[in-house]
Amino acid sequence: MTPTWLDTTEAVDKVFLYIFGISLALLILITAVMVFFIIRFHRSRQTKPKDIPSSCLWLEITWTLIPTLIVLSMFWYGWQGYLSLTNVPSDALPIKAVARQWSWSFVYPGGRTSSKLVVPAGKAVRIAIVSEDVLHSLYIPAFRIKKDAVPGMTTHVWFRAPESGSFDLFCTEYCGLAHASMITTVEVLPADEFDSWLQTPQEAAGTAKSRQLLEQYGCLACHSLDGTPRIGPSFARLAEGEKVQLAGEAEKSAIVNREYLKRSILDPQSEIVQGYPAVMPSFRDKISEQDLQLLIDFLLQTDKTSTSGERRP
Amino acid sequence: MGKVIRMGEFFRRGFLESTGEQPSLFEWIFSTDHKRIGLLYLYSISTFFAIGVTLGLLIRLELIAPGRTIVGPDTYNALFTLHGVVMIFLFIIPGIPAAFGNIMLPLQIGARDVAFPRLNLLSWWLYIIGAIMALSSLAGGGGPPDTGWTFYLPFSGETTTNVSLAVFAVFILGFSSILTGLNFITTIHRLRAPGMTWTRLPLFVWSLYATAWVQVLATPILGITLVLILAERILGLGLFDAARGGDPLMYQHLFWIYSHPAVYIMVLPAMGVISEIIPVFARRPIFGYKAIVASSIGIAAAGSLVWGHHMFVSGMSDTAILVFSLLTFIVAIPSAVKVFNWVATLYGGSIRLDAPMLYALTFLVLFSIGGLSGLVLGSAATDVHVHDTHFVVGHFHYVMFGGTAFAFFGALHYWFPKIFGRMFNEKRAAWAWGIMICGFNLLYFSMLLVGLRGMPRRYYDYLPQFAQLNRLATYGSWVLALGLLFMAVNLLIALRRGKHIGANPWEAATLEWTVDSPPPPENFAVLPTVTHGPYDLEQAGEP
Ligand code: HEM
Ligand SMILES: [Cu+2]
Ligand SMILES: [Cu+2]
Repeated sequence: MTPTWLDTTEAVDKVFLYIFGISLALLILITAVMVFFIIRFHRSRQTKPKDIPSSCLWLEITWTLIPTLIVLSMFWYGWQGYLSLTNVPSDALPIKAVARQWSWSFVYPGGRTSSKLVVPAGKAVRIAIVSEDVLHSLYIPAFRIKKDAVPGMTTHVWFRAPESGSFDLFCTEYCGLAHASMITTVEVLPADEFDSWLQTPQEAAGTAKSRQLLEQYGCLACHSLDGTPRIGPSFARLAEGEKVQLAGEAEKSAIVNREYLKRSILDPQSEIVQGYPAVMPSFRDKISEQDLQLLIDFLLQTDKTSTSGERRP
Repeated sequence: MGKVIRMGEFFRRGFLESTGEQPSLFEWIFSTDHKRIGLLYLYSISTFFAIGVTLGLLIRLELIAPGRTIVGPDTYNALFTLHGVVMIFLFIIPGIPAAFGNIMLPLQIGARDVAFPRLNLLSWWLYIIGAIMALSSLAGGGGPPDTGWTFYLPFSGETTTNVSLAVFAVFILGFSSILTGLNFITTIHRLRAPGMTWTRLPLFVWSLYATAWVQVLATPILGITLVLILAERILGLGLFDAARGGDPLMYQHLFWIYSHPAVYIMVLPAMGVISEIIPVFARRPIFGYKAIVASSIGIAAAGSLVWGHHMFVSGMSDTAILVFSLLTFIVAIPSAVKVFNWVATLYGGSIRLDAPMLYALTFLVLFSIGGLSGLVLGSAATDVHVHDTHFVVGHFHYVMFGGTAFAFFGALHYWFPKIFGRMFNEKRAAWAWGIMICGFNLLYFSMLLVGLRGMPRRYYDYLPQFAQLNRLATYGSWVLALGLLFMAVNLLIALRRGKHIGANPWEAATLEWTVDSPPPPENFAVLPTVTHGPYDLEQAGEP
């Protein structure tokens, strides 16, 4: 599934081919010579070792110099390839990638957000990567690009997808419990489709808006809407007045209401639902009051799945 | 075990014989005899290796199919963290130097013990204390550590698991390593027998010497780094927290300034073992003795300048990437030179394929695959694609398991008759070896491929396109485990019932083969005067 006709892909694959080619030749050579010597000089054929010198300066020099030249060429070739990963075309579309435990969200010029990386075909995109908590790494194997998301720093990658299609995007820097589910998709749309996608205003309220907020803040990485078990309790059973069993020494419980939901989002460590790990980050100062109220409205709603569809492919 | 009497002949058990002065356990755990300390290490290291393998098998079992198989993500994360910590800090770093180095170094240079026997015992105790602490981080409190053996900040500063205990354990283990290094350097400088000039030193001793310098110089940096993690966790200093003026990349620099040279602590002694085994079984002096010595020292020196190759995608500057990539390629050269010299040693020999030689030759091939697969990790463009994927995991298992651990098994078979005075069953040893290499390549070659296709490492779950190769890798792990078990059983049987063997079963020319098997407690009744080089095989059996 990993196509080879892409800009960054092409640059990197040339180097792969060069290094793997030489490596394979060397491996075969070393192994073949070794096996030949073992057979030829096995004691059943060679009962007494030959009396020949056990060092040879010109041999040592030769087999130091040749590998030196080979590795220097590999180094140079690799460096050239790397330069094309850093040379961003000047017309590249800027997109911001926000990594957090354990989801991605992408912010477009004009403010549109998405949990999938939607890009136009044939046009270069430049992704500015930031992290809200620990280290992560943005990796798209099809385009041979990868860069860590480092808290307090902005890093960059670029790529150009020549045709439409969808590709995997992984987190490759270990970031805790659900590192392996920090996966999303790169959706490459034909340029005109992309433009209209970008222009479509995102809804300001209602279920679709809430759903988009859940994706944007990464809630769905750990909480499902339909009762599927994930890292955290599913949103499916949340309802006004419901009793929730809390972890702790005594038989603690809480009643679901606006206050409880607000505490759970802004100060999640204060009450942990029984049977779940205490890993949820606090969203204090990360979520606006307006978004918070919208989300709470949504979570108290009984039917949450009407717009649903699974997040992961 | 009582005394063994066979056909009226009294079998001398050398240093293994109880002196009867103390309860027999104390006689071992408080012994300052380098051979007994070495054996204590050998037994404890082998135990931790078995634990590490078990954890590895569990990781592989979970990965046999996508989705949850046997454990949840929290347990999986703990499994690979502990697997890494146990394999790195309890098996492979002490591995060859502390076990075989301790036993063989004084014997090979014609000394009665190491320079500081009591410090040597302290090293073992520190090792055991560190090991117990590391394993006890499994139980209690916040649950087993889940950071990976690299303890990257900021995550390791925030997770609520028992990271502090594990980090402190590694800190203690570091001291054990430094003390062993210090002891070996002094021993090699001060205690060589008359006539044991620097150019007559066995290459195993040379490799221990180069390793010891790395241990002494690099390990303190690990100590400092670990203390900083503790400071971050306990005092919240914010040294690595960008929001408070710290820098998360600084942690990675500090960590790899130790941990890359540590790779050479792991592999140099293995290269030393190979340099001992190949000449003996090829019946030819080692080819290019001086080139091999020079390359050991070259690796130890240049290896301390390449740590940045672990950080090509970390956000480090492009200038740094340029420099570290170049240096990384340079450090590959001495390893290649060694491989060529080993192969050249075979030329014109009269080769015997006993078990130690099988392992040594396998080392050549597996280490070459490991080293050559490392070239795409040193090259900036290609590393971006394979960094932190299963390709890297496959690569370092080829180097550390296919390289160092196979050399460890080679050393085990080579010196087994010397240490225990008994011989193992050769046929079974060869079978175990054959099963192991099949399983090994199935396991790790699949991992190389699945990584190349883009599967990230430390992934509890994966997408369906990676399923087939993962299943193959897991099958490979079972075959490999079978081979390991077979080897262990064969050696354990030999320990009890192996045929008694004389001083020099392999007809080797280094000094340890001039004394009885097992060696007497004081090693040499009279200190030998060395008259020939370590690989002058016609003079085998004479000092
Ligand atoms: C039968 C034996 C072994 C098996 C089945 C095995 C399997 C594995 C697997 C599958 C991983 C990757 C886990 C992941 O990324 O999700 C891994 C990681 C690792 N293994 Fe092994 N391994 C074995 C032996 C060894 C040996 C002998 C060593 C060292 C000498 C070793 C050192 C490591 C290290 C350092 C890691 C990295 C842990 C981390 O990512 O924090 N393993 N092993
Ligand atoms: Cu991650
Ligand atoms: Cu390194």
